[in-house]
Amino acid sequence: MAKEIIKIKDLKREFTMGTETVHALKGISFTIEEGQFVTIMGSSGSGKSTMLNILGCLDQPTSGLYEIDGVSVKDLSRNELATIRNEKIGFIFQSYNLLARTSAIENVELPLLYNSKVSTDERRERAIKALEMVGLADRIHHTPSQLSGGQQQRVAIARALVNNPVMILADEATGNLDTRTSYEIMSLFQELNKTQGITITFVTHEPDIAMFSSRTIVLKDGHVIKDEMNDTILSAAAELAKLPKEDH
Amino acid sequence: MRLLNLLKIAYKAIVLNKVRTLLTMLGIIIGVASVIAMLAIGEGSKESIRETISSMGSNMVTIRPGADVRGGVRQDASTMESLKFDDYLAIKEQTTMLSYITPVVNGSGQVISGANNWPSTIYGVNPEYLDIKVLGLQSGSMFTDAEVKSASKVVLIGQTVVDNVFPDGEEPVGQMIRFNNIPFKVIGVLEEKGENTFGQDQDDVVIAPYTTVQKRILAITFLHQIMASAISEEDAPEAVTQITAIMREQHKLADDEDDDFTVRSMEELISTFSSTSEMLTILLVAVASISLLIGGIGIMNIMYVSVKERTKEIGLRMAVGGKGSDILMQFLIEAILISITGGVLGVLLGLSATVFIEKFLHWPTSVALYSIIISFAVCAVTGIFFGWYPARKAAALDPITALRYE
Repeated sequence: MAKEIIKIKDLKREFTMGTETVHALKGISFTIEEGQFVTIMGSSGSGKSTMLNILGCLDQPTSGLYEIDGVSVKDLSRNELATIRNEKIGFIFQSYNLLARTSAIENVELPLLYNSKVSTDERRERAIKALEMVGLADRIHHTPSQLSGGQQQRVAIARALVNNPVMILADEATGNLDTRTSYEIMSLFQELNKTQGITITFVTHEPDIAMFSSRTIVLKDGHVIKDEMNDTILSAAAELAKLPKEDH
Repeated sequence: MRLLNLLKIAYKAIVLNKVRTLLTMLGIIIGVASVIAMLAIGEGSKESIRETISSMGSNMVTIRPGADVRGGVRQDASTMESLKFDDYLAIKEQTTMLSYITPVVNGSGQVISGANNWPSTIYGVNPEYLDIKVLGLQSGSMFTDAEVKSASKVVLIGQTVVDNVFPDGEEPVGQMIRFNNIPFKVIGVLEEKGENTFGQDQDDVVIAPYTTVQKRILAITFLHQIMASAISEEDAPEAVTQITAIMREQHKLADDEDDDFTVRSMEELISTFSSTSEMLTILLVAVASISLLIGGIGIMNIMYVSVKERTKEIGLRMAVGGKGSDILMQFLIEAILISITGGVLGVLLGLSATVFIEKFLHWPTSVALYSIIISFAVCAVTGIFFGWYPARKAAALDPITALRYE
């Protein structure tokens, strides 16, 4: 059996809004194994965002178990959570969240700046390697405004890869991109997943994205309503080739 | 997170917002520059006052007879006959703190030369008088100890006397004048000194050997005062104590008796003037400090805007592993960097302003090292103080909210 990266058991998250208590997650259990490409789907209000925050160690569950790479997240302090985010998770956001007027390489270096174990030279080296992995080796000194949306998201992916996380957590990572570019990004994810064996958790509400992943978890009203392995994984590269050629 | 990394991040943030940073710094720059310039002016005026007093003989010590009561009537000190030549000798022999000492007798009278006459004061002294009063000779020479001994009828006269008694511009040295109808030979003219701080004309004097004045003009054997010069200004108080002891011994005063003389140094005068100009300095610094405070508020204001503006960046930094303390330090260092850079520029501006004031306004200035150190320290403290609150606000942000902030 493959190594369990994420282990969630009877996870609940409640918010208190005034006098009312909102149950965002009502007892969720699943595990994600190393090398899986999981899509977490659900419409708005399904608890998807709450799930994402907890998976990303930005938020903590009210009750239940959440282990990432064997570490139980419950009862960790703010600073300990920050360290876990720094060392174990690579975040990718819908709006890229790159630092403006800052070169690609400096953006990619950012997570390593917060890791005092990494020296300046190693930081640079790893950042260059990560940018090479996403195919931007020739654009390391470009600032976000000099890059296209797809390239910016690649920089963000490189930033997520640079700290060698146990899992990449993507939040609507293709939401701001056109179909062609989002297929390009998806094919990059598939490649990273296949060749590097990187575990990817992709939170989205777009059903077609799910077809590229190996497993789909669907949330509704704070419950898991579907959790199944995907037998026929579409190749994003192949889909990309099928798209009509763009007029230039 | 290492300090160097934090410095790099802060530096980047500053460089990316050059104009804004410069405008923010302006408050600090002006504040520091004005503190330095103001202190330089204050120090400069203090020094020039000190110099003025020095030129009067800042280490001068005077011994006068004390006022006495005769039959219930208080007597003017100058009519006292208690200060003797022996007192002068005793002090001269026993003291270790004095470099010069002279007996002084003085009287007023009419200086006459030909058809011209002028009322003036004659001072009977010994040759050391010139050193004590820091007087120079414009022409001629001082009388000698031998001339003192023989009670020679020679005088030196001040410029005011020259102007009034020799109005036609003839050379006074070698001429004969009469003082109270006693003929004197003019052997020297004193350098012009102008008025002293109290408006007294220091050039309206006639100087003669004390023996001559005692015997030929006043017909007295006692002294009006003894003037001396302490080795240095710092030694003056000590000299006063020593002289007091010698004088008490000389006058055989019992322990419970009051002094029948007074010994004064210029110390009090100096401290009075110094405290006045210190007051002025404090005032100037207070005004300058207010501008520094406003500069600090400027920093706080811009840091607030910066935190607000970069909320999303803060969220991202937290998401990729930045701890609250990292974020706090980042903004704090940014604030300190702004204030210290402003401080450096302020020091430079202040120094150039000082040079300008000295050169074009001809005000005396003196830049004290402590003013630079203080304003620099104040800058750093300002940065910490006014950067702290916005930085803490940034550090306390919830990463989820910050990330979603638009």
